[in-house]
Amino acid sequence: MSASVTHRSFDRIRQDLDAGSTTVEEITAGYLAAAEERSSLNAFISLFGHEAMDQARQVDRKRKAGAAGPLAGMVVSIKDAISVAGHRLTCGSRILENFVSPYDATVVARLKAADAVILGKTNLDEFAMGSSTEHSAFGRVKHPQDPDLVPGGSSGGSAVAVAAGLSTASLGSDTGGSIRQPAAFTGIVGLKPTYGRVSRYGLVAFASSFDTIGPFALTVADAARVLQAMAGRDVCDSTSSSTPVPDLLSAIGQPVRGLRVGLPKEYYAEGLQPEVRAAVQRQVDLLRDAGAVIAEVSLPHSAFTIAAYYILATAEASSNLARYDGARYGYRAKDAHDLSEMYLRSRSEGFGAEVKRRIMLGTYVLSAGYYEAYYGKGQRVRRLIKEDFDKAFAQVDCLVTPTTPSTAFKAGEKSGDPLQMYLSDIYTVSANLAGIPGISLPCGTDGAGHPIGVQLLGRQFDEPTILRVAAFLEAAAPSHT
Amino acid sequence: MSVTLKDVEHIATLARLSFSDEEKRQFTDQLNTILSYIDQLNTLDTSSVAPLAQVIDTENVLRNDVVVPGLPTERALANAPARTEEFFKVPKVIGEK
Repeated sequence: MSASVTHRSFDRIRQDLDAGSTTVEEITAGYLAAAEERSSLNAFISLFGHEAMDQARQVDRKRKAGAAGPLAGMVVSIKDAISVAGHRLTCGSRILENFVSPYDATVVARLKAADAVILGKTNLDEFAMGSSTEHSAFGRVKHPQDPDLVPGGSSGGSAVAVAAGLSTASLGSDTGGSIRQPAAFTGIVGLKPTYGRVSRYGLVAFASSFDTIGPFALTVADAARVLQAMAGRDVCDSTSSSTPVPDLLSAIGQPVRGLRVGLPKEYYAEGLQPEVRAAVQRQVDLLRDAGAVIAEVSLPHSAFTIAAYYILATAEASSNLARYDGARYGYRAKDAHDLSEMYLRSRSEGFGAEVKRRIMLGTYVLSAGYYEAYYGKGQRVRRLIKEDFDKAFAQVDCLVTPTTPSTAFKAGEKSGDPLQMYLSDIYTVSANLAGIPGISLPCGTDGAGHPIGVQLLGRQFDEPTILRVAAFLEAAAPSHT
Repeated sequence: MSVTLKDVEHIATLARLSFSDEEKRQFTDQLNTILSYIDQLNTLDTSSVAPLAQVIDTENVLRNDVVVPGLPTERALANAPARTEEFFKVPKVIGEK
């Protein structure tokens, strides 16, 4: 089966299933074949093959019995930072190369319970640290349109799995933009929920006060469906929220008339690729024409978001990654003479350069004498950034911004310059600092035909509003899947 | 603030990482580039701003003290690089090298 056949939304899959023209087994086989056919993209670290086919046949039987869950027919791949019981969980790192998950992440258990088929694990920047999926111990992921381009990151494998028609949807994680930025680069939908909306149990911890799990999909409705199946309180994650989860699909198709839409002026300043600016402006015009009220707002501390983020996220990472010591799981250096040598060599041989760089930065900002100057300062600035959003959302219902300052860049272009790589997340990081939901959806292409993403940001726990606006823009676009 | 090669060696010790001389020089340069970017935060007066450690309004989360099954020992040990009986086995902590 060719990738064009597998490149379809869940609505189309369900139509075909309901018409009896296909089965979940056939759909799953199609995705597996497409994933093999396009293995040069390096989107997958592992494919579940027989197990996925077994699961598909089981879903077919449940469909026949009229007992299938809401995601029956959806075939989902999982970023390899999320546990699937009995399968390797590498996190794109040598240090976890042979680690096998002892349990399912809550998100995986909930998707299985909704009868989604789990296809395999996708490639990523090591420990989700990166914006290009070049920093994987298992090789870089290529952009489906041009192998010389990066697909964005860190969830680059998941983005490519959906963009190239190798899964109906995929789960990624977003700590500073790792779902929205690759969604923008590859021309698909990527949804980062509110912090705490989705359980992190079974997600390898990077920066615990920022980490979120969310879906990639071809359509806004599909992203909403996946989030619906995963969201809500989980006793295994004490930071998961008890806030009730509304019906997310019902937000789709509702009019945008009267909705107050804010344009943060700092996100439209210099450094923005002109074609990206023009494409986002067209989305604003569509909203205005449909009766939304457009207003300029200010997020005055925007210039400080990357600096605050790289203090706080690396500090949390240095602490979280202290557990990789070679004692209980993961890579252990051979023939260490004592415990401290085992720690030192296991970590030095197991981690890649970007992970070491962030552990070093995080250790420095937490070290005696620098804690208040860096970590304390970062936490204070985080409050200022969150308050900027609180004030903006007192005036407007959602914000419209570019997802990224430019379209996909070339492999190697930023990998030698960490700061330039970090700055490619300039419009996405703020949502993680403030804990708010964000979605990126495609809104045209640049002169070279590379996708442009528009980002919608909403109030905490108000995913329905951004889904409503996203679905409106998706329907208003000249062509969509 | 800027870091020296000696600072990098000290941080590496704290982080349990070892580097070649070339890597140390590279890290010193890269950390200084990133830290000089971060130093722009010092243009903000935050003396009257409280630190923000978590972003949603969740209070302390408590549960009833009820015993529930945990990860079985065999599964918890399944990824161990080395084990003895029901324990993780590691090199000597103290004693002769």
